[in-house]
Amino acid sequence: METTSPSDPVVSQIESLSHTRLPECYQCGKCTAGCPLAAHMDVPPSRLMRLLQLGDAGSALRAGSIWQCVSCQTCATRCPKKVDCAAVMDALRQLAFERGAASPDERRTVLFQRAFLDNIRRHGRLNEIELIGAFKSMVFLRDRSVPFLFRDAGLAPRLQKRRKLHLLGEKAKDRGVVARIFARAGYGGSQ
Amino acid sequence: MSRIGVFVCWCGENIARTVDVQKLVDACAELPGVRSAQHYKYMCSDPGQAMIRAQIAAEKLDGVVVASCSPHMHLKTFRRAVAAAGLNPYLLEMANIREQCSWVHHDKGQATDKAIELIGLSVAKARFDRSLKPIRVPVTRRALVIGGGVAGIQAALDIADSGYEVVLVERDPSIGGKMAGLSETFPTLDCSQCILTPRMVEAGQHPRIRLYTYSEVEGVDGFIGNFKVTIRQKARYVDMSKCTGCGECAKVCPLKRNPSEFDYGMGTRPAIYMPFPQAVPARPVIDKKTCAKIIRNGCGLCEKKCAPGAIRFDDTDKLVEEQVGAIVVATGYKLYDIGREQNSSKVRGYGEYGYGKYKDVIDGLQFERLISASGPTNGELKRPSDGTIPRKVVFISCVGSRDNAKGLAYCSKICCMYTAKHTMLYKHKVHSGEAHVFYMDIRAGGKGYDEFVRRAIEQDGAKYYRGRVSKVTQENGKLIVRGADTLAGIPVTIEADMVVLAAAMRPADGAAELARKLNVGYDEFGFLLESHPKLRPVETNSAGVFVCGACQAPKDIPEAVAQASAAAGKVAVTFAATELTREPEIAHIDEQTCAACFACVRTCPYHAVEKAEIRARNGALIKRTARVNPGLCMGCGTCVAVCPSKSADIEGFSEEEIYSMVEALA
Amino acid sequence: MNLGYYPGCALHGSSNDYEQSLRACLGALDVSLAEIDDWICCGATSAHSLNHKLAIALAARNLALAHRQGHAEMLAPCPMCSMQLLRAAQAMASDHGLRAEISEMVEAEVNSGPRVLNLIQVFQHVGLDKLKAAVRTPLKDLKPACYYGCLLVRPPAVVDFDDAEQPTSMEAIVAALGAKPVEWSYKTECCGAGMTLSKTETVLELSGRILANAAAHGANCLVVACPMCHVNLDMKQGAIEEFLQRKYGLPIYYLSDMVGMALGMSAEDLGTDRHFVVGGHN
Repeated sequence: METTSPSDPVVSQIESLSHTRLPECYQCGKCTAGCPLAAHMDVPPSRLMRLLQLGDAGSALRAGSIWQCVSCQTCATRCPKKVDCAAVMDALRQLAFERGAASPDERRTVLFQRAFLDNIRRHGRLNEIELIGAFKSMVFLRDRSVPFLFRDAGLAPRLQKRRKLHLLGEKAKDRGVVARIFARAGYGGSQ
Repeated sequence: MSRIGVFVCWCGENIARTVDVQKLVDACAELPGVRSAQHYKYMCSDPGQAMIRAQIAAEKLDGVVVASCSPHMHLKTFRRAVAAAGLNPYLLEMANIREQCSWVHHDKGQATDKAIELIGLSVAKARFDRSLKPIRVPVTRRALVIGGGVAGIQAALDIADSGYEVVLVERDPSIGGKMAGLSETFPTLDCSQCILTPRMVEAGQHPRIRLYTYSEVEGVDGFIGNFKVTIRQKARYVDMSKCTGCGECAKVCPLKRNPSEFDYGMGTRPAIYMPFPQAVPARPVIDKKTCAKIIRNGCGLCEKKCAPGAIRFDDTDKLVEEQVGAIVVATGYKLYDIGREQNSSKVRGYGEYGYGKYKDVIDGLQFERLISASGPTNGELKRPSDGTIPRKVVFISCVGSRDNAKGLAYCSKICCMYTAKHTMLYKHKVHSGEAHVFYMDIRAGGKGYDEFVRRAIEQDGAKYYRGRVSKVTQENGKLIVRGADTLAGIPVTIEADMVVLAAAMRPADGAAELARKLNVGYDEFGFLLESHPKLRPVETNSAGVFVCGACQAPKDIPEAVAQASAAAGKVAVTFAATELTREPEIAHIDEQTCAACFACVRTCPYHAVEKAEIRARNGALIKRTARVNPGLCMGCGTCVAVCPSKSADIEGFSEEEIYSMVEALA
Repeated sequence: MNLGYYPGCALHGSSNDYEQSLRACLGALDVSLAEIDDWICCGATSAHSLNHKLAIALAARNLALAHRQGHAEMLAPCPMCSMQLLRAAQAMASDHGLRAEISEMVEAEVNSGPRVLNLIQVFQHVGLDKLKAAVRTPLKDLKPACYYGCLLVRPPAVVDFDDAEQPTSMEAIVAALGAKPVEWSYKTECCGAGMTLSKTETVLELSGRILANAAAHGANCLVVACPMCHVNLDMKQGAIEEFLQRKYGLPIYYLSDMVGMALGMSAEDLGTDRHFVVGGHN
C-alpha cells in the first residue's frame, strides 16, 4: 500500500466535494454490511473510507468498487455518524474519471457514464438509440467483444413492437445553453 | 481609615518568573488604605501563614489581601490563618495573579502592570469588607432515598446502619429495580436475585427504613437539612395490614393475559398480581387499567376469594408528608425504546432491525427474563414466536449507543459485558447452539472483565465479528442478519433463530421532571448532573441532594453500589453536626426600602426568596417585604440585578465593594 | 389540482408506457399536468458520478424554468429525477452563494420553488377517500408486493418521504383500491438501477433477489413507481428467469396502472399491454 501524507490534497478535495469530514467515520462497517454489492467488491465501502483516512487516495481512486456501486444510498442513510459515504463514492468517481485513474476492470461502466453525458450535452435530452450505439461502439473498440456488440440486439424489435423504440429521440430546443452549462461545470469528458 | 496588609506570593517560579514581585510590593505599598506590603516564596506554607499572622498583630491590620493563586486553591487556608490571628476571615481578599496573570502572559512588564491592577482591585474591595459570620441552619437527620433498585437499597441500608431514619420511595409495587429481573450477573455469574434479595429483605425489615412502594415523590419544598417532601402513595386496592400474601387472588383472576412489566412483555400476569415471587413487600397490586371491577364494576372474584378481606376496591391515592434533611436520587435507567416511537424528538428509533415487527428480535432485558430460571419460560430459552429452542442466536451491540444519527452519541458501558455474559449463558443452556456477536469495540475495563470476555470467545465458543449490522429481515421463520466484519473487510450474513439487541441505557422515565422538582440539573440525554465529574461525582449543585447509580450515567452494579455508599457517606457528613454552617456570602434584602414588587421572588433560580409580612405587636400589617431564606440562597446575585429599589445586595460582594473596584480601575 | 410536470428522459423514451398510464389515471382524477417547457435531462447517475457541479446545475435549470413558468408544485414521476431536483434545491436553499453561482451557470434565476412531488405524493394529495370512492373495479385478485426501490425514500434527509426502513405509503393506496398488499422484506432494496446496459449481471442478481422475495411472500405481482425499476423487473424478467433458472411470470405494474385499473380503465388506455410480462389484468 502506498501511503501519501495524511494531508493529501486529493483527500481534502474528496472531503470538500462530498461535504464530509473523514475522521468522523469510526469504521463500524455498517455501510459494508448494507451494501448490496459488497460481496463482489474488491474494496468495500468501509475499507475505502479507511484508505482515505490513511491518506491512500491512490488505492481508493483505482478501486473497482466505486464503479460497481449502484448509488442506492443505503450506506449514507444508515451511517450512525451521518457520514455521507454515497457522496464520497461520487467524489471518488469524479476524480478517478478526471484523472484517468478508473479501474480497467470496470471500463464498461465508465464508458457508459461518459457516453450518457456526451449524449445529454449534444441533445439536452437522452437519445436512447444513439446512446446504445455509442456505448456499444466504444466498448467494442476497447474489448473487441463481438458478443457484447450484438447482445440486446434482439431487444430492438421487441421494443419496436411495444412502441417503445424512438428512432429520432427528443431534443431540447435551446441546446446552446446545455452546452454552455457543461462547459461552465468543467466537464470535458475524459477516460 | 483602612489598615490593609498586602502579601504577594512568588509561588516558587510560577508567579515570580513572569511578575516582578518586588516592583509589585513597592507599588502596592503606595495604594490608598494599604498599611504594609510584603512578598514571600510560598505564602500558603507554614512560615508564609506565620508571616501574615505576625503582620496582623504588629500593624493592627483590619484587612488582608493575599496576591497568589486562585481562591479555589487556598481561600480556606488563608481564611483560617487570618482567623487564627483574631481577624474575621471575611476581611480577607485574594487577588489571583497566577491563573489570571502569570500563567497566561509572557511579557514581564505587562504582566507586572496587570498584577498591580489586580491587587488594586482587591484592595479597593477590601476597604469595604465587613465582618461576617457563617450561617447556621438546623438539620433534620432523616434521609429520603428516591428509587429502590440496588443503588437505592444500598444507600438506604448504609444511611440506616449509620443510625439515621430513611424514607425509601419506590415507584413500582416492589423494590429490586432492574437487578431483580436479571438472570446472572457478570463477571461472577452469580444468580442476580440470590445476591439481591437478602438486601431487599433487609431493607424491607430494617427498623430505621420506612418503605413506600408503589409511590412517587409528588413535591419537594425546603432546603438542605430542612426538606418537606410530599409522597403520593398510589392506590394498590389491597389493604397491606390485612393481606397475608397468600396469592389466591391472582389465581382466580380471569384476566390472565396482560403483558407482564417485570418480564418486559415476555410473559403475562393477571390484573391482580404479585410483581414477582421474591417481591418486597410480598403483596399483590391491582392494575386499575385492566381490572374489570374498577373499569366497569364487573368481576370482583378476588374480593370474594380473599379470606382476610384485604381487597379494597374503594382504595384511593394518598398524599403523605415527610420531613428529611438530605435526599438521595437513585432512579436508575430504562432501555432505549428500539422501535419507532420515542419520547423525545431528538431521538430516533431503529427501523432496520425489525424490533417490534419480528417476534424473535428482542432486547437484552427481555433475553434475561427468558433465560432466567424464575422467568416466564422457567429458564428454557424459547423463541417468542413458536416456543422452539433457538440454535443460532445473533447478539448485536451498540443499538442506539454511539449512534449520532439516532441521537444518543454516548457509550452505554455495560453492553459489551452483558453481551459476552449472554453468549455464555446461552451456550451453557444450549450446548450445540451457536452464538454470534456483532460489535464495534469491546469495553471491558473492570476487574476481571477482559478475561471474562475472552472466556466467552475462547472457551464458550462465541463468534465475534467486528462490524455493525445494517439490516435484519425475516424469511420462513428465520432472521436474516446482514452485518460486516471490518477486520476481514467483508460483509457477513447470518441466518439466525433469534436476535438480541443490546439497547442503550437511558435515564428512567420521569427523571427529568423529578430533577426539576429537586432543582437538580440534567444533561442533553436526561442523565442527572453531578457537581464535578471527577471530584464530586455523587453531589449535585442543589445542596443536600445527592445522586447515585445509573440515573447519573450508564454504569454497572459494582459502580452503582459504590456510588450509593458514597452518597450515603455524604449524607452522613451532612448529618454529622446538629447544625449546618453555610457561607455567609448570600443575598439580604433591606426590608425598609423593599417595595414588595417581588421581582426577586420570581427570578430567583433557587426559590430562595420568600414573601414576608412585617406586623405590629397587635397583628396589624405594617408592610410586606421580600426576605431571603439563608438556607437556600446560593449568592448568585440575580435578585440584586432585578431589584428596582436597590434593596437587595450580597454580603461580601456588595454594590459598594464592586463599585469601589470599578472606580479603582477607571 | 394543477401541477407542473417534469417527465424526464425515461418517460419520453422507452418508459413511455409509464407516461401513458399516469396521464390516463390522473386525468380521470382531475389532476392536470402542464409539461415544463424545454426541460432538459436531470443528468441521472452519470452527472452526479462524474461532475458534482453539473448534477446540481442540470437539475437547477429545470427548477428555474418551472418557477418561471408559474408552477408552485411539480410532479417528477421518476425518483432519480425527483431526488436530483430535491437535492439541488436543498443544496441551494442553504447556500445562497451557490444559488447565485448556479443561477448564472444555467442562465435562469433559481428561487425557492417549486415543490417537487413524486407520484405517490400526488395520489396522497388527491386523498385516499376520494380514490376509494372513485374505484369501479376493486383489485381483489391482486396481491402486490409494493416495491419502492431506493430513491423514493433515500436519502431521508433529502427526500423526506415516508419511512426509509418500513415505508407504507404505497400499501395504503393499493389497499384503498381493493388489493391485498403482501408484507415482504425487499421493499427498499436496490434493483440494480442504471446498470442495465453497462453491467447487466448486477441487475440480474439484485432484481432477481427482489422477484424471489416477492414470490416467497405470496405476491402475484409487483407495484413500482420508478421507470428504472420497471425496466429491470419487467423487461429483464425473462433474463432473470434464465439466470436463476426459475419461472416467475410476475407482472410489474406502475402505481398509476393500479389506480387506472381500479378506475375501470383498459390495458390499452393504460399501456399495460406494452409491458413485457403480461398478467391477467393486462
